[in-house]
Amino acid sequence: MATSSVSKGCFVFKPSAKKKKTLSLEDYFSDGCEGAENSEVRFKLCQDLWDKIKTETEILQDELNRNILDSLLDFTKKCSSARQHSDWASQMRASEIPTAALVLGVNVPDHDMTFQSLFELLQQSVTPHVASVQAKECGALKHLMKRVLERLMGAVVSVDDEEQAEETAEQTIAQLHKSAHCSLSTLCDWYSTRTRKSSTGTPGKKRSSPAKDDQQEPPIVVIFKDFEAFNASVLQDFILICSRYVDRLPLLFIFGIATSPSTIQHMLPHSVSSLLCIELFQSLSCTQHLATVIDKLILTPWLPFKLNSKVMLVLLSIFLYHDFSVRNFIKGVQLALIEHFHTQPLSVLCCNKEESLLNVMQLNHHNLERIRQLASFKGYLEKQEPKEQAKLLQDNTHLKDVCQRLIKDLHKYHKNYYPILRCLHTLTSALPRYPLGKQIRELHLICLEKDVWENEDYQSAMKLLKMLAKDELVTLLQRCADILQPIKSKKMKKAHVQLEELLTKFKQLDTAAGETAQSEGESIISPVKTLQKKTDLFQLQKTLLEMNESRRAKKLSPFEVLRNETLEWIDSLVRNHLSPPESQTLNEVCYYSSSATVRRHLNATPRMSIQAALSSPYYYLQNENLKTEDGSVSNAAPDICIAYKLHLECGRLINLFDWLEAYATVVSAAEGNGPESENFGKVDEVKHARFIQAVSELEFLGFIKSTKQKTDHVARLTWGGC
Amino acid sequence: MAALSQQPGYEEEKLRKVTELLPCRELQAGFLLSVMGQPQQYSYPSIFIYGHRASGKSHVMQVLFKELELPHATVSCVECVSVASLFEHVLLSFFGYEAASLLPRSPSLSDFVRIYRQQCSRSPAKQTRYIVMEKSELLRDADANLLPALLRLQELVEDNITVILLSEISWDKFRPNTGCFEPLLLHFPDYSKVELQQILSLDRNPSYSAEFYSSYINILLGVFYSVCRDLRELRHLAALNFSKFCEPLAEGKVKETDTHKLWRNIEPHLKKAMQTVYLREVSSHQWEQMQQMEKEAEPLRGLSAHTHVELPYYSKFLLIAAYLASYNPARTDKRFFLKHHGKIRKTHFQKKNEKASNHLLGPKPFPLDRLLAIFYSVVDSRVAPTASIFSQISSLVTLQLLTQVSHDDQLDAPKYKCAVPLDFICAISRTVNFDIVKYLYDFLQ
Repeated sequence: MATSSVSKGCFVFKPSAKKKKTLSLEDYFSDGCEGAENSEVRFKLCQDLWDKIKTETEILQDELNRNILDSLLDFTKKCSSARQHSDWASQMRASEIPTAALVLGVNVPDHDMTFQSLFELLQQSVTPHVASVQAKECGALKHLMKRVLERLMGAVVSVDDEEQAEETAEQTIAQLHKSAHCSLSTLCDWYSTRTRKSSTGTPGKKRSSPAKDDQQEPPIVVIFKDFEAFNASVLQDFILICSRYVDRLPLLFIFGIATSPSTIQHMLPHSVSSLLCIELFQSLSCTQHLATVIDKLILTPWLPFKLNSKVMLVLLSIFLYHDFSVRNFIKGVQLALIEHFHTQPLSVLCCNKEESLLNVMQLNHHNLERIRQLASFKGYLEKQEPKEQAKLLQDNTHLKDVCQRLIKDLHKYHKNYYPILRCLHTLTSALPRYPLGKQIRELHLICLEKDVWENEDYQSAMKLLKMLAKDELVTLLQRCADILQPIKSKKMKKAHVQLEELLTKFKQLDTAAGETAQSEGESIISPVKTLQKKTDLFQLQKTLLEMNESRRAKKLSPFEVLRNETLEWIDSLVRNHLSPPESQTLNEVCYYSSSATVRRHLNATPRMSIQAALSSPYYYLQNENLKTEDGSVSNAAPDICIAYKLHLECGRLINLFDWLEAYATVVSAAEGNGPESENFGKVDEVKHARFIQAVSELEFLGFIKSTKQKTDHVARLTWGGC
Repeated sequence: MAALSQQPGYEEEKLRKVTELLPCRELQAGFLLSVMGQPQQYSYPSIFIYGHRASGKSHVMQVLFKELELPHATVSCVECVSVASLFEHVLLSFFGYEAASLLPRSPSLSDFVRIYRQQCSRSPAKQTRYIVMEKSELLRDADANLLPALLRLQELVEDNITVILLSEISWDKFRPNTGCFEPLLLHFPDYSKVELQQILSLDRNPSYSAEFYSSYINILLGVFYSVCRDLRELRHLAALNFSKFCEPLAEGKVKETDTHKLWRNIEPHLKKAMQTVYLREVSSHQWEQMQQMEKEAEPLRGLSAHTHVELPYYSKFLLIAAYLASYNPARTDKRFFLKHHGKIRKTHFQKKNEKASNHLLGPKPFPLDRLLAIFYSVVDSRVAPTASIFSQISSLVTLQLLTQVSHDDQLDAPKYKCAVPLDFICAISRTVNFDIVKYLYDFLQ
């Protein structure tokens, strides 16, 4: 309903109920979304894909951690069972606290997931008493104690639902809160009541795992998540205290170490480390972890969403140069995924084959027009005959049919691309000096960028491959055959058959080897014989040249022939299947290409933003008055921008008075006072105050600071100028 | 000095048992008992006992009080996070839970004295009460009034109570500036080799004869006595290596009495133990496993052998820059990092007092600006000053590769120190093909 502003002043308008509703994820997605008509479908697709990626990475993570977690679990079990043994030697050294030093690498935020699964595993199969602490919550010994006790004794309340247990636990908790301190003796009492009860309690009532039952004294595990960040003295004291109780409490420590195990010796003196029985557990390095994630997530045809080379490069460089964090890498993929579905209306086609074929049929005219605008489609169009071109441009149904075919082609391309990529990697990764990279991701990047066969490194790799000995080549080819075997696409099956044929030919060579050796010998010997006769230097040179010629022209051995044939065949495979995705029609549907967006979001540059804001305020304020062509600052800009602009013109030291004068001139020009007017450039109180404020803001931002070198001057802290 | 077994006021039977339990400490125990007097007599207000680690201080106190059944409270000062827990512990052991719960939330010393007197009037001491404070050197860091008050607690609470302080540091380091009541000093000397032998032989393995075990201890002491006199450590080592010692015996190669052969068998093994398990390079558990494996497939790498740290590319350069900033004088930066610095010899830079190498003096603090300036000139490509560069600096701090010198609260121009050794930084710079030695002032020709 339309009401004028007057009536608005008189009547109460209740805000409509719709506005109150909190926005769902989908609303956020469709807000400002390009091509809103199919945003729902895209949102759903995006979420499905993300869920898939998420579960896949979680499974991966579990698999990768399994080894180390299993050995850790064994360690804890062994320690707790060793306690219950009572042979002479283990009695003699019972005073040591078993400790696992878990080396996880420098990407500390990634460790959370590992510790979470470790925590759950321990609770399931070893002991209900697990507490994990972080350094930031344990600044002092008091706090560390409190956290450990709270987590050990509090966990029982939530896990155990026996009434009695709850009561006693509550009592102890209450006691804990009431008394100003908490000590391990409280824990001791609690633990002894717990174990006594569980040994007398009826086993039928228990719903915990059987491992807990056969063990009368489950160990108490304390996990220190970030060992390095702990205060050394706090840790030392804590260990000293614990060692006093080790005969009553079966304690066990796990140290999460980010750097190297020698930090334990740096942080703990011998008197403390002698109380521990430290065993080392090394986890997989994060680069290996990333390689697996890329292998399972990026280099597979099952995920229709793809990154182009630039985006991939940004994500990889953030990983390698900045944080080593696999979690952040996956977050980056997520960002790219959301951005892709948000900004690209044609991303409705970015899903599995059947679904995308259906979605093609449902494209409206608007979206078909978008397809016609695609760069890759234009390229495709040019190759068609004029009649077909016209039909494609005008007939929507025909376009849909063609699109279906193109989508099928795109899927086929992906199906063939990855096996061939892997084969090429297998062949080249064993070469000296790795012309095409050590890791498959490097080769992938090269292939994404441009035609790999035009790359110099590729040619040198091929030359090196032509020099391989037979057994090496055969093993490499065998591995390629293994890669190709499970692939179901037609072309790959054919390639596999061809490869097998080549391999059998290689094997047959052995039998035919004898005959060829003789003829070869003859051809080489003959020029050498002639060489012995000549003594003239010029003649010698001539003969040598001839020999060289003849060797080049010399008939190749059957192995060499076969080798060349094989490599030509591989080359043809590469040329057929490893063309960059840009060459594929409709690649925009699947490939996300805006690397700048990803970089801006993931690798923020605060200082550049500040400088951009100060030097071109229009960029952020979007006020038409501030718009200037040549990068200069308009007079109407905020005070701080003017002051900033003026200070750029100065040297290392800035005279405050000159600065003020210049500022006053600019501001009076903005107020519309011409140079001829009376108080042009005069400094009044208001201008003075505004100037002082701008200067102090610049100081706050770190561009200038006060100095004692010269009176009435400030020092610049940045270099360069206008 | 009276012998331990003839102290008036205590049953002879018990005293004999005490003597048995305290080998090589009869003298000290006897002295203590004579100072303590008979149970109902007032004792000296405070006794200070010092001796090195594992010289039997706590053990003597524990045995005396337990066997003679004297009322006592044993407090470890490490465990007392606050004075409150100390007071509570003392009240709890003398008067039970109700008394301890009377303490207010953050009790002062006078609260403690008040409650003690109140409780004490209800149940006055028939025997001397003892408070044993282990690791009392930590009391020096507590409130200034705590130590003097404890020393004359007898007067304060007007009760028959004695405070016994155990410490590894001599009394001279305790004495507060303001002066205080002087406690009775008692020194526990280190055990001699003979005494160690005697004590260690006590915990023999029941399946072997006493002579056999004592000959083993003799060999063990022969190897370890020169490096370690800590009874606890020696006992630990004895337990770990005994099975290896018995090995030839189990195989039937030698008899128990053939000491020389046994010695030849165990000696190299013990030497190896000295380098590994004694230094805690290898845990005792792994050591035992190594023994069981017989053949040494591969020498186990100790903890300090793992020094390699994988770092992101820019973190490595940040660390290198930090190292350079820490060990080079700031005025030489121009020479190292400007393109046209000219040839300036080291002597030109050297000031008179600057003779010692910077590596001997240790790392010097540097401001963040300098770190970044060096970083940008050291790293080979152009790097945008992104947020993650700065966050890498702070993560290097949490990894303890850098240390922040200025206070956390200081946002403006924080200062850092590089906390990695030369070997480490050399290894790091090798991985990025950076010749760090060329940039270090100390190694300049």
